[in-house]
Amino acid sequence: MFTGHASRARTGIEADHHQCNCHCEHPEGAWQSHCGKVRLLRFTRNDNFVSVFHGSRFTVKLVLSLFLCALYPIPYTLAFSPPEQFEAFDMPGDGGGSIGLSWRSPPFDGPALRYQVFFAEQEGGPYTQLAEFPSNSHYKRDADRPWWNWELTRSAHFYQVKSTRTLSLVNGRPYFFKVALTDGTQRFEGPVRSAVPDPNLFNWNKANNFLLMIVFSILVLISISQAKRRPNIFLRRIPGLDAVEEAIGRATEMGRPILYLTGSDDMSSLSTIAATVILGQVAKRTAAFDTQLKVPHRDPIVMAVCQEIVKESYLEAGRPDAYREDSNFFITSDQFSYTAAVDGIMLRERPAANFFMGFYYAEALLLTETGAGTGAIQIAGTDADLQLPFFITTCDYTLIGEELYAASAYLSREPVLVGTLRGQDQGKAFLLISMVIGTLLATIGALSGSQAFVPVLQLFRDFK
Amino acid sequence: MTLFLRRTFPLLLTFMLGVASAMQYYIPHPVSEQALTEISVWLRIILGFAMILGIASLCQVHYAKIRTRVAGWGYSLVVYLSMLVTVAVGFWAGGRESGTGLGWIYTYALLALQGTMFSMLGFFVASAAFRAFRARSKEATVLLVAAILMMFGRVPLGEYLVPASGPVAGWLLNVLNLAARRGIIIGISLGGIATSIKIIFGIERSYLGGRE
Repeated sequence: MFTGHASRARTGIEADHHQCNCHCEHPEGAWQSHCGKVRLLRFTRNDNFVSVFHGSRFTVKLVLSLFLCALYPIPYTLAFSPPEQFEAFDMPGDGGGSIGLSWRSPPFDGPALRYQVFFAEQEGGPYTQLAEFPSNSHYKRDADRPWWNWELTRSAHFYQVKSTRTLSLVNGRPYFFKVALTDGTQRFEGPVRSAVPDPNLFNWNKANNFLLMIVFSILVLISISQAKRRPNIFLRRIPGLDAVEEAIGRATEMGRPILYLTGSDDMSSLSTIAATVILGQVAKRTAAFDTQLKVPHRDPIVMAVCQEIVKESYLEAGRPDAYREDSNFFITSDQFSYTAAVDGIMLRERPAANFFMGFYYAEALLLTETGAGTGAIQIAGTDADLQLPFFITTCDYTLIGEELYAASAYLSREPVLVGTLRGQDQGKAFLLISMVIGTLLATIGALSGSQAFVPVLQLFRDFK
Repeated sequence: MTLFLRRTFPLLLTFMLGVASAMQYYIPHPVSEQALTEISVWLRIILGFAMILGIASLCQVHYAKIRTRVAGWGYSLVVYLSMLVTVAVGFWAGGRESGTGLGWIYTYALLALQGTMFSMLGFFVASAAFRAFRARSKEATVLLVAAILMMFGRVPLGEYLVPASGPVAGWLLNVLNLAARRGIIIGISLGGIATSIKIIFGIERSYLGGRE
């Protein structure tokens, strides 16, 4: 506990009366003013403490101060003790290299007091100061963690020690920590605690995300099984996909080729997979109409996959003889070189229909505007939300976002694939209702200052 | 055996790697991170070999064009010449860029050409905007008005002339535009999860080729 009585014997204190005269002497030895404008003068052992009282000016000040103190009781004190219930622990749900420190939040926390966090590799030290912060900050509640994996309270302080460039916490090795409390003149250290950083097998902060994924997956699988039993599921019209037939027919009539692009991403991208799936459907129709198909590529793996898909589509359409090996060809993996080459193909060969499916970057407008200039019918489908305005502006039809993924089901009308669309819609309805309720709760919480809805709202938050 | 290799084995591999990739997001253990890094290294190696396939395709297509003297076969000749010259200079420079012919080609040919292509975007935006903003329908008129407000709000002179245009443009961008964008992103995310489920469980398998 406080040891200020001994030190007070060698500490002289003088109040500075700038604007506020109300000051007093604290029972445990410190002087404090209401407005906080107190100047503390420290004396050495050899200073004559009594000499301070010399002079009538000081006596008047002292009497006035005592009188005012009697009128205005002190709202808070500087009495403080070392941090209690100090704990060091491995941070839950991380890949290791991180230690959490927590200690009880005492009633005398305030901006005048500061916590200092120390770290050492050996119990005996040497200790290095890691951080210093006001004692009315760094509560457990301030940590960006969910309620199911963390105690959101103001009754305990929290500080996280992470591996940085200068500080390396090796997994499986113990480290030692202590916390001190200081007011600038006095400093009290808490006990030394140790903890071992360890990696975890599951990040429980993401448990809500995991649960929602499982629920949504089950919803989709149920929808698929229902679609198998009742195959006639209504699908709203998607004009962009209805126009596929029209575009291929137009190319056939004009005797010009069809240009199909699968986007700028590699085969690991969902939009590229969706684009290759649609290519299969388009290829079946071009095979049936005996129209030339040209698919320039940026990625050789995508090219290999597309070659296989197109070949199979021609086989399925009963036109293996019409398949051309050079319908899929590689240009370059460089963004603007590829764009220039495709623009050149558009201008030289004048395809009657251009398909832009998959993910695109800055080249989107360069490709589609050139295509629009040649008078080709253009159908785009992308989940690149930043490029959507360019596609909508320059193409005749655009599949927006999820419509790209729905294209395979829409074109093939296979009940199993169509079933997934119903699952998607149910998921969207659930999210829509959750958003409306969440917005209402968050608004009520913000207006009333209540934290009551935080647990519900955290269920839909993405935690790291 | 052929069916197993053509169909069952790829589907099994897709299922295992799909589930493992999905679970990787929830497992913070370094082993999980290492596995992801390892897979990305494999992908790079596969891509390296696949690039041979790509170059072979490029050479084949352009050789056929030169051989049959189709319209524009001269461009194919340029492809061959530039490719061979770059490779030769690259070998001569020992693969180093700074202060070599390879660096010169990269800086003064490739970068300049890439810059030219990218700078054309400005002109293309203007021509696309001209076509899109013609008030032919109610929707196009709304687009035109929104675009004018946005331009006034984002250009210093516009905001100086019409001070209210700044906050209006901000509101259009941060409320109307963002709401629509988030709606699209939610749809994309759900569609992405549904497509992933279809692929992981082998429901969608046309990317393997259509034959059952």
